[in-house]
Amino acid sequence: MLSDADLVAISLTLKLATTVTLLLLMIGTPIAWWLARTRSRWKGPVGAVVALPLVLPPTVLGFYLLLVMGPNGFIGQLTQKLGLGTLPFTFAGLVVASIFYSLPFVVQPIQNAMEAIGERPLEVAATLRASPWDRFFTVVLPQAKPGFITASILGFAHTVGEFGIILMLGGNIPGETRVVSVQIYDHVESLEYSQAHTLSAAMVAFSFLVLLGLYSHRRKSSLWGAR
Amino acid sequence: MATTESPTTQLQAKFQLRYRDAKHDDCALDVDLVMPGKGITAIFGQSGSGKTSLLRCIAGLERAEQGHLVVNGNTWQSDTVFVAPHKRPLGYVFQESSLFSHLTAEKNLQYALKRAPLPTAKDTYQHILKLMGIAPILQRYPSELSGGERQRVAITRALLIQPSLLLMDEPLASLDSARKQEILPYLEKLRSAFDIPILYVSHSVDEIARLADHVVLLQQGRAITQGSIAEVFSRIDVPLAAGNGASVVWQGEVIERDKHWQLARVACAGGALWVADTGDALGARIRVRILASDISLALNAYQDTSFLNRLPVMVSEIAPEANGAMALVRLKTAEDYLLANLTRRSVDQLAIKPGQQLWAQIKSAAVIR
Repeated sequence: MLSDADLVAISLTLKLATTVTLLLLMIGTPIAWWLARTRSRWKGPVGAVVALPLVLPPTVLGFYLLLVMGPNGFIGQLTQKLGLGTLPFTFAGLVVASIFYSLPFVVQPIQNAMEAIGERPLEVAATLRASPWDRFFTVVLPQAKPGFITASILGFAHTVGEFGIILMLGGNIPGETRVVSVQIYDHVESLEYSQAHTLSAAMVAFSFLVLLGLYSHRRKSSLWGAR
Repeated sequence: MATTESPTTQLQAKFQLRYRDAKHDDCALDVDLVMPGKGITAIFGQSGSGKTSLLRCIAGLERAEQGHLVVNGNTWQSDTVFVAPHKRPLGYVFQESSLFSHLTAEKNLQYALKRAPLPTAKDTYQHILKLMGIAPILQRYPSELSGGERQRVAITRALLIQPSLLLMDEPLASLDSARKQEILPYLEKLRSAFDIPILYVSHSVDEIARLADHVVLLQQGRAITQGSIAEVFSRIDVPLAAGNGASVVWQGEVIERDKHWQLARVACAGGALWVADTGDALGARIRVRILASDISLALNAYQDTSFLNRLPVMVSEIAPEANGAMALVRLKTAEDYLLANLTRRSVDQLAIKPGQQLWAQIKSAAVIR
């Protein structure tokens, strides 16, 4: 059955996915709001950048993050000046990488849900003396709730499923960067097929349950958060 | 006209709003209006005449490049000032359902209660609920309400924000005629129960005849005329009076009730009329609408006709239809006007011309309250 190392990998994965999902909701919401509302000519380019991880191989993303966060990269220099060392091969590094990697899975459902609200409810709220912040919290957030649920589930599940970017950036440090997907890889490398099998089956079951929940919860609507 | 009133009960609105696209080189809206700061002012016009744009500019939902707006003494927009919509003390009723879909009817009302400048007393709240007839449906979500119920909740919500100006953008347009008849009485109660000036956008002559005190006529973004309802309805040179629907609206006081024949006599500025008794007490102020097609003209005061009402009139203007058999004749009565829809042949046979003294025979006059 599951070894201690497997359990450590599972708990690390859950910790990573939870941290990343929470941070992504905080970072993704304003980006989604801006993308949903702006008439700026930057909407296209910004939207494309957000969507890049959907098409790029994780190795490409991981490679550039490794450069930027490494000792000679500008983020690396910044973190060193702040006395934080460098981010690659740390849990924090994985969090940063996962945020980039899972960004579109969080931003796009929220953006679609916000676009579906339209202008009218906000105008109505304005004529009822609601300030812009008030409107955001009392109209936009509640009406975009299905989009937030989809975004959280997809962001969490996608982070759990990461592999390539972690290998590029995090290596294979037990309890620090060795998540489930890397653990399975290690098992297979050392020909421990039965252990690999147990963990892999658990991942299949987890992913299936998440998606099942998502699709039955939102049977009447599309996965991407439009109404 | 409102121009003689003091500026504190007056609405001055001057807007120039351009179209968003470059195709048009004229303005979507170009008005300079002074409207009364009390009663119901109807803004009338066909679709695309700029009615809704005017209302949105007044609410601040649309920002006219050139704009000057003073509402009962408070400047909401000028060259240097633009008060944000949520800081304007107004209520807005939108054309279609505007209730928040994620809140029950009651929570929708509470959204306004929480943000109103002063707390609303429980009694007042209950009174408004009763007046609008929505107490039994408060726990439902908007999707579980009929169109008429949704609009009643929306009107209530707009009242609970304690507006000093209520803007209504065709609140009945999305409803079928049965639902319209369901809501109109509530709007009439609104006029008598609350002392809030109302701007009421509509393209329905019927609604305006029932509700408005003052009428502004918009055409292609410009105000082509405005005045009291009696004044604007009786003009034959503006589109409101066009076609079969031409009518005048008189207001008067019930001075006599004939129990036997179920009739009531109403004293109006244009003369006294017998109308069907609708149960209004002596002294009640009611509105009467007289269709141009219900009037015939005679040279003498025949007593032996079935017409209930006969009034001496003087012909003031004649507007023959450009291509057609009919002509619209404007008649001066004591202190008011009537419109009569006649065939051009009758006009010719009776040799009707301006200044002529005639008798108007009124077949029926409808009480519209």
